[in-house]
Amino acid sequence: MRIAVCIKQVPDTEARLRLRQDGRWVDEEDLPFVINESDEYALEEALTLAEKTEGEVVVFSLGPARVKEALRKALALGAHRAVHLRDEAFDGGDALATARALHAALSRESFDLILTGSQSDDSGYGATGSVLAGFFGWPHAWLVMGIDLEDGGGSLRVVREMESGMNEIVRIALPAVMEVQAGINHPRYASLKGIMQAKRKPQEVLAAADLSLDPAAVGAAGSRLEVVSVAFPQSGDGAQMIEGDASTAAKTLVEKLRKEARVL
Amino acid sequence: MSQDVVFQDVVSQDLMSQDVMSKKIWIVLQHREGRLHRMSREAIAAGQRLAAALSGQAEAVLLGAGMESLAAEASGYALAAVRVIDDAKLASYTPGGYVSALAPALRAAAPDFVIFPHTYQSIDYFPRLAQEVDAGLLPEITGFDDATGELLFSRPVMGGKLVAQVRVKGEGTTLLSVQSGAFSADAAETGQAPVEALASEEITSDREILGVEEVGGDQIDLTKAEVIVALGRGVGGADKLGPSEELAKLLGAELGASRPVIDSGWLPRDRQIGSSGQTVAPKLYLALGISGAIQHLVGMKGSSTVVAVNKDPGAPIFTVADYGIVGDLHEVVPALTAALEELSD
Ligand SMILES: Cc1cc2nc3c(=O)[nH]c(=O)nc-3n(C[C@H](O)[C@H](O)[C@H](O)COP(=O)(O)OP(=O)(O)OC[C@H]3O[C@@H](n4cnc5c(N)ncnc54)[C@H](O)[C@@H]3O)c2cc1C
Repeated sequence: MRIAVCIKQVPDTEARLRLRQDGRWVDEEDLPFVINESDEYALEEALTLAEKTEGEVVVFSLGPARVKEALRKALALGAHRAVHLRDEAFDGGDALATARALHAALSRESFDLILTGSQSDDSGYGATGSVLAGFFGWPHAWLVMGIDLEDGGGSLRVVREMESGMNEIVRIALPAVMEVQAGINHPRYASLKGIMQAKRKPQEVLAAADLSLDPAAVGAAGSRLEVVSVAFPQSGDGAQMIEGDASTAAKTLVEKLRKEARVL
Repeated sequence: MSQDVVFQDVVSQDLMSQDVMSKKIWIVLQHREGRLHRMSREAIAAGQRLAAALSGQAEAVLLGAGMESLAAEASGYALAAVRVIDDAKLASYTPGGYVSALAPALRAAAPDFVIFPHTYQSIDYFPRLAQEVDAGLLPEITGFDDATGELLFSRPVMGGKLVAQVRVKGEGTTLLSVQSGAFSADAAETGQAPVEALASEEITSDREILGVEEVGGDQIDLTKAEVIVALGRGVGGADKLGPSEELAKLLGAELGASRPVIDSGWLPRDRQIGSSGQTVAPKLYLALGISGAIQHLVGMKGSSTVVAVNKDPGAPIFTVADYGIVGDLHEVVPALTAALEELSD
């Protein structure tokens, strides 16, 4: 089975965020980046499926130079090859523009299955995989919590998360795009051997011109959305912040929960 | 609610002949077990407000099979029309079915905005619909503002740590979804809307539905708990739960958790609180090392008193908390236990 996985590199959710000078996005200087959480699960799912079918996993990522770290990690985990869509023209795309570029890169070869995460922890559109499926004209599912090959590899039995603790089971014909939800599996750790091997695995870099893509159709120029500003949310009524060292704060809190909130 | 809803004939000119200047807003309503989804009513409220801001008209769109009573329910709102695609092939939701049903109607009517409730079902298909009809795609708005003379939408980014203001560029239709709780369902204006059939073409499904299953676990019912000690990724590992468990015991509390705690296997799935887990409303909710992403907040914001302990003063959980402590939970939790023990001595 030939499997493509699309991953995104996003700021570490643990990182303290600062705003960029122009107020339109976060300041990326000194910001630690990681592979998006649900994408790690998508990669693990791809590696497992490839192991079962003696298949190949090609990992794709769109983004600036820093993204090669994410790709190297994916290779260390077991992906066979990496493709980096790297061009200033790709920057600042919405889900439609990003999927358009990914589609151009992915259609250079043929895949049985494309996996993505279900939502990025930065822009959070939750849509790139679905739109990508649209460009291919393939079926898709969002929030996938289980994938089993059926029918000699012709279709998938897919577990799809629904609201409030229910799952739906569906059958979807291949080729397809599956948008994987965090928690579907237990992602592996990179071994030392994997890390060494990653250095020798091919990483291809593609610009818009390599894909015959009109720069006006991708990235910020090809997007219908434009982020004009970002800001820290207003606290509303806001929490009463309790100051002091742990012991003082704990005592004050217990006191307030008893006397003010009357919940103890 | 009137029983005798009449499906008028589709008059396609009717869709076209609207004043070119007047903005048209469609609201696609989700339903479950014959009733409108709560978030559909929130979407109606959002659509009505957007229509008012743009001096346009809001219309509802319903799709499914056997839609009479749902159409009647929707017609009880102040809308220019309730347009219905009633087809046996839409009896169960599939993205292929919904996209193939809606795409021709969207192309013909070319509304300026199409609003969806930001439910898992909508997110599964409406991006695909946007791609199909070449529309703009704006998921998860929490509000809009035209005070500056320009329409700007707000939506959470960075897991809710930041709010982005977004402008829609270019011509044509934009599909957007409205996050849970952003608009009040009670604010949806009631009225009397005419019900009309909406023409569709060939409806094609792209998946076979095999069934549903419960996510499983021991099925601990957190909805009845009076006190919940909820643990987030900040707890740091399955081997670090002890002090929190001790605190929970002292408080007579149930343990709950955010999704990553469950995904990492530190606690079983039936302890998950949030949009994919349980929705709780205890008297006291202690959020320890939880950042406060919207998918978590929707599951706990009905709690009477919320305490948040987080080392990041900018964590969005503090926006819904009543009391906040900025600090390391590994110090604060034992201190809380000590303070409570002191009390009972
Ligand atoms: C479709 C979908 C459905 C989802 N459903 C759910 C759901 O049902 N429930 C849910 O919870 N999430 C859900 N999520 C995930 C959600 O978006 C967030 O990723 C998740 O809630 C984050 O969990 P967290 O706050 O524990 O982790 P993080 O966001 O990583 O936050 C950890 C927090 O701990 C703090 N911290 C770290 N160390 C310490 C310390 N020593 N002391 C004090 N504080 C510390 C950090 O400052 C940070 O704020 C869903 C996501 C999607 C896309």
